[in-house]
Amino acid sequence: MTRHDRLPNDSTRQQALHFDQVELHLGSRPIVRLDTEIAPGEVVSVMGPSGVGKSTLLAFAAGFLAPAFQARGHVRLGDSDLTHLPAEARRLGLLFQDPLLFPHLSVGGNLAFGMPPGTSRHLRRQRVEQALADIELEGFADRDPATLSGGQRARVALMRVLLSQPHAILLDEPFSRLDTTLRHDMRQLVFDKIRQSGLPALMVTHDEADASHAGGPVIALQPLGGESITSQPMRGSHAPG
Amino acid sequence: MAATDTSSAGHGSHRHAGHQRTVWTRLVGWAPLLTVILLVGPVAAGLAGAAGPAFGWLPALGGNRLSLAPWQELLGTPGLDSMVRLSVVTGLASTALALTIVVLCLATFAETRSFRWIQRLLSPLLAVPHAAAAIGIAFLLAPSGLLMRLLSPALTGFEVPPDYLFPGDHSGLALIIGLVVKEVPFLLLVSLAALPQCQADKRRHMALALGYAPVTAFLKAVLPSLYPLIRLPVYAVIAFSSSNVEVAMILGPSTPPPLAVSVVHWLADPDLSQRFMASAGALLQLGVTLAALLSWWLLERLVAWLSRSLLENGQRRTAATFGRLLGSCLSWLSIGLLVASLGGLLLWSMATWWPFPSAWPEPLTFANWRRALDSLGPATLDTLLVALGSSLIAILLVIGCLESETVNRTRMGKGATLVLYLPLLIPPVAFLQGLVQLQAQLSITPGIVTVILGHCLFVLPYMFLSLAESYRRLDPRWSQLAASLGQSPGATFVRVRLPMLLAPIAVALAIGLAISIGQYLPTLLLGAGRLTTLTTEAVTLASGGDRRLTAVYALAQLMLPALGFALALLLPRLIYRQRRALQH
Repeated sequence: MTRHDRLPNDSTRQQALHFDQVELHLGSRPIVRLDTEIAPGEVVSVMGPSGVGKSTLLAFAAGFLAPAFQARGHVRLGDSDLTHLPAEARRLGLLFQDPLLFPHLSVGGNLAFGMPPGTSRHLRRQRVEQALADIELEGFADRDPATLSGGQRARVALMRVLLSQPHAILLDEPFSRLDTTLRHDMRQLVFDKIRQSGLPALMVTHDEADASHAGGPVIALQPLGGESITSQPMRGSHAPG
Repeated sequence: MAATDTSSAGHGSHRHAGHQRTVWTRLVGWAPLLTVILLVGPVAAGLAGAAGPAFGWLPALGGNRLSLAPWQELLGTPGLDSMVRLSVVTGLASTALALTIVVLCLATFAETRSFRWIQRLLSPLLAVPHAAAAIGIAFLLAPSGLLMRLLSPALTGFEVPPDYLFPGDHSGLALIIGLVVKEVPFLLLVSLAALPQCQADKRRHMALALGYAPVTAFLKAVLPSLYPLIRLPVYAVIAFSSSNVEVAMILGPSTPPPLAVSVVHWLADPDLSQRFMASAGALLQLGVTLAALLSWWLLERLVAWLSRSLLENGQRRTAATFGRLLGSCLSWLSIGLLVASLGGLLLWSMATWWPFPSAWPEPLTFANWRRALDSLGPATLDTLLVALGSSLIAILLVIGCLESETVNRTRMGKGATLVLYLPLLIPPVAFLQGLVQLQAQLSITPGIVTVILGHCLFVLPYMFLSLAESYRRLDPRWSQLAASLGQSPGATFVRVRLPMLLAPIAVALAIGLAISIGQYLPTLLLGAGRLTTLTTEAVTLASGGDRRLTAVYALAQLMLPALGFALALLLPRLIYRQRRALQH
């Protein structure tokens, strides 16, 4: 089965990402609730103290929720429901704290890894070169990722996600491992690219500056009480950014 | 491995989508079941196959009636008590000695430069087959052995070899030494793997900061949590050493030999009626090993009870100096013995005329090797066929099990670990002997296929133990990343996990090859003596008089696994020579 069989076709690009009444539980304990809509080109930041379930929320959206958790509600992209699709069919690009460039592939191999199959080798190569030029790394295609600087790796990781033609992007504390100057440049680059491509993005962070640079709505998650899950005011709705 | 699914589908909630079954997840889902069948099936069938004849039932040989005659015959065998005593004593003594050496070695050398040397020596020493090590020890310590030659005549005044019985002394001392030198590297390896799990370095540093001497710090702060982690391997060592056949044949006493050796003799006896007694003997061996395990367990309780007050008495220097001295002496002694015996083998294999007491054979030639070449070829080929066959089957199942853990995100439970250790905890002679009787009863032709399947029993557990750590430590985000880039679980295995785990997989394969190459009993019994491998040939030659030819075979038996390890270390580096992050 190729990935296109069960994927929404390209006309579904640039649709909003919806979290409909999402509730995650660990046993009987509610962990996190979210009900929101992310417009194309918008970056919604989810903030909150550690242990509040930010990463669990991201894992749920991406399709990696650990078996110990139970989930209610739906993740939608436009009209198509992603909740029951396997992770590899969701086309949600992931950006982690670490660039996680595959150590066994070249820089170019890493970029090509996520590109949809089917195009000619020549064309793929061309796209890789173009993407590298885009992040000022011309001629780096055959390099070993281990020889790149931290900033260069982060840029390659970003381009790898974009070349995979995702329908939305999930960011997991994407700048927390970068030093201050690099962090500023990377924020600029990432948010510019997201806006240019018109993708909805959900960013999990504990850094206020990340959220303010993103410019989108900020959702502050707070620890949910263990026992009473019924009459609490709905959390996770939009707060003014 | 009967993995436990930790998800409990809560009321009104849906299982999330990552759990949808793909072809790959279905495929690897079979691996745990197949593995359990492969490990438990033959052991259970073998024990059943021994139980029948032990009570007189083996229709193929005319045993149609249940009777206690085999047991009466067994109990009437002269020297049975000595056989049992030898098995228990050598088993427990060698394990206790090996464990003491390993503990003192870790306590003495933790975080020192010598420790890194010992670690480097570990893999090659682990790859030395038991038979080769035993032959080396015999040639080193025998009255006309290398050690006596080095000391004579200058220190001892001996112009002819002195008259003492070694190997084969009645108390089994030679056997114990032979077992210890091979058990030390194994126990050291499992301890090294377990140390990070009990945060050994942090605990040690904490104790040092509280003023404990280094050895005392290890004994009091690390050992109590380390031991439970290596308990199963220790039990496996007891089971092995109380029932081993090839080391006992080479180094053990012969009148009478330890029980396991006698069982093999009875099974091979031309008088077919002896086979009934052999089965009773096999069950007795099972009982003897279980008794040895039980005694060890009681000993554990006793030591734990006695040491409780010792742990809390605040003494900062318990065994500090003595332990350090003993630790360095015994560690280097056991490693030195093994290395020296291998050196001795090399000399013997190239010696022509080597009279006592000269310590260096002259001239050194390759004549012995040339002489052996004709028979060495076919034996090497069969050895390799069996080793490759069993290692490939085992690696497929091991990777399948670990993949199944990965894609289903579960961990195998305690019961599964026990299943994995089953062939290592039950004396092989007990169930292999039963399998031979079953083979006869069901008229299955013994040959290379049965031998390969038999080797899997012993190869698979070690390969699993070697690979599991690396597999489980791989950051799950690599797989998540691949999935988010559109790769199915199967593609993620081929394109991400397999290449990233190439080095540990290669090492696991090398370990599998080494274990298979070193197997004596399953080759002998399941091949009905028709399959000649380097190991069966080396053990047979060792009981003869030709030291030179024996040394050639022992070295050939040793070089094959060494070659495997060299390839396992080199190939991944070569393949990833352009990838710095994979060059460890």
